[in-house]
Amino acid sequence: MSGVHLSGSIRRRLTLQLVGSAAILAALLFVIVQTFTRDLAEETHDRILLASATSIMDAVSVRSGEVTVDLPYAALSMLSNVSDDRVFYRVVLGQETLTGYADLPLPEPLPGDDDPLFQTLDFKGESVRMATAVRRLSRNGVPTHLAISVAQTRTGQVERLNALSRTALLLGAGFFVVAVLLAVWAAQSSIRPLRDLAGMVARRGPKDLRPVTRPVPSEMAPLVSSLNSFIERLRLSLSRSEDFIAEAAHRVRTPLATVRSQAENTLHRVERPENRTALREMIRAIDESSRAAGQLLDHAMVSFRVDSLERSPVDLTELVAELVDRLRPVADLKDIDLVLEQTTPHPILGDPILVQNAVRNLLDNAIKYAPDESLVQIGLNTESGMHTVTICDQAGGFPTDQLDHLTERFVRGRNAEGTVGSGLGLTIAREVAEAHGGRLEIRNTEDGAGACVTLVFPSA
Amino acid sequence: MRFLLVEDNQSLAAAILDRLRLDGHVADHAADIDTAESFVITTDYDLILLDIMLPDGDGRSFLKAHRDGQNETPVIVLTARSEVSDRVGVLDLGADDYLTKPFDFSELEARCRAILRRRGGRSSNQKRLGALTFDPLAGTLEVADQPVALRNKELRLLETFLAAPDQIFSKARLVDRLFSYDEDVSENAIEVYVGRLRKKIAGSGVEIVTVRGLGYRIQLA
Repeated sequence: MSGVHLSGSIRRRLTLQLVGSAAILAALLFVIVQTFTRDLAEETHDRILLASATSIMDAVSVRSGEVTVDLPYAALSMLSNVSDDRVFYRVVLGQETLTGYADLPLPEPLPGDDDPLFQTLDFKGESVRMATAVRRLSRNGVPTHLAISVAQTRTGQVERLNALSRTALLLGAGFFVVAVLLAVWAAQSSIRPLRDLAGMVARRGPKDLRPVTRPVPSEMAPLVSSLNSFIERLRLSLSRSEDFIAEAAHRVRTPLATVRSQAENTLHRVERPENRTALREMIRAIDESSRAAGQLLDHAMVSFRVDSLERSPVDLTELVAELVDRLRPVADLKDIDLVLEQTTPHPILGDPILVQNAVRNLLDNAIKYAPDESLVQIGLNTESGMHTVTICDQAGGFPTDQLDHLTERFVRGRNAEGTVGSGLGLTIAREVAEAHGGRLEIRNTEDGAGACVTLVFPSA
Repeated sequence: MRFLLVEDNQSLAAAILDRLRLDGHVADHAADIDTAESFVITTDYDLILLDIMLPDGDGRSFLKAHRDGQNETPVIVLTARSEVSDRVGVLDLGADDYLTKPFDFSELEARCRAILRRRGGRSSNQKRLGALTFDPLAGTLEVADQPVALRNKELRLLETFLAAPDQIFSKARLVDRLFSYDEDVSENAIEVYVGRLRKKIAGSGVEIVTVRGLGYRIQLA
């Protein structure tokens, strides 16, 4: 992820937002369920207390001034259906307690006839819930009132309420867990198209410049369409520079070939030494410019391919052997022996065209600068995970103070004067080696008779 | 040898044809693929020199059709394009070799020789003089039926002499033949090679004589 500034993660942000919402919803759910069930339980309890009080009220009969209370069994047993809590009651006529707990406090003032009152209060050291119903009547012509209170301790009720709270809590927590799982899944699946696209683009080879055609969600359409137009621009510009390099080479080399051939033919026909010298100079100048043009174009091509390095399995041994075979006729012209003594494979991962170009530049140099009837040795070796190609000539070696600068552009060995060259060959070889994670080494042979140039590549 | 040159640039073609004929070869010229195809049908060539960029198509398509048609004539591709991008393709398509323009004629000759040798050179190319039997393609020399090993420069020197026995070759001309233009060699360097060649053909009834002030000539003793 080099060169990318991160500003958080969409997936994490989305997950956090969804989980946050889920937490708020879960808390809300807990509060609502708890409040609702608590209210419902209290109301039920109140209704039963009131039913109990009302049934006692119905059992009070006033007949010619005589008040009788025939306490119905069901009036109190209905309360024990709710819980095992203790039940207290008190029946009061005017100021006189007819039956029940005389110390059960009556509300002050008493509520109206059709308006029963519910209270939570302490009685005998315990919290009780009490319902009080009142009926006004006249006794012997005197208006008085009949008040009936039924109370029950709240231990069981509190327990039941706590159980309900726990259920509500479990419900909220369960909701939260499910919501978190859903949030993670939703975040994953909503960024999946993004990840798929990124993966698809990343898996592409450096030369694969086809537009992205797979369907994407509408939100990603602008991104993909920008990407496609970017790819198209890159493809155009790459193919333009490739065409340009090929075209430039063609334009430069064809006329040079014409002039060179004509000069060579003329040289065969003229006898005067000064004309012959002039023609030879001409041919050398042509060779120099064509070689420079060739290497400049090669160098452009190499830089271009290095930028988008394609790696495929390459056997160095095979590649070097092919090149040596190809250059043998050229070496033969100077009776130079090319000696290659290696047949075991040396596999690397790289761009075969680049590696070939690097090795060919080194072989070209060796053949060009070596004296007639000398030896150029090509060796392949493996040292600590690196494969090397070493080319040794007998061309007298490089001046030692120059060894470090030879791979700089356009720098040529001082002993190269008088030989056609552009000074880019070693630069190309070094750049190719470095692009593959290797290096170029130059040293003079121990006897000082020549130089060895080594290309080092990591083995595959 | 009989060459077919397929090249659309007229002045370059003229220069190459001139040189091939100067060296005693027979050469036909086709400026486009169409003409080249009709030449190939009617004439049996020893070697085809093929340019890649042609007015009526890509030289590579000619090469492919040529090979698909079971035509075995060796082909050397002349390319002006960047070597990096082009080289792999033409060899895969069946070219025997390729040269990047501009090229050295001695390299062209060397490559022709290498290809023809690889394919088994024809005995009709053999030259005889006295007890010398010389096959320039195979690079073999026999003196009185005994094989003699020749180095490349000696071989080319002998080939030059034998192309025109009794003709005088100046030192300057021989330097052109043997050395590339970027080598600074004095004309006296030729003496070394003439001396070696003399030793190798000793006893063949053929001698290389020095013509004072003019150069050398090969002749029957």
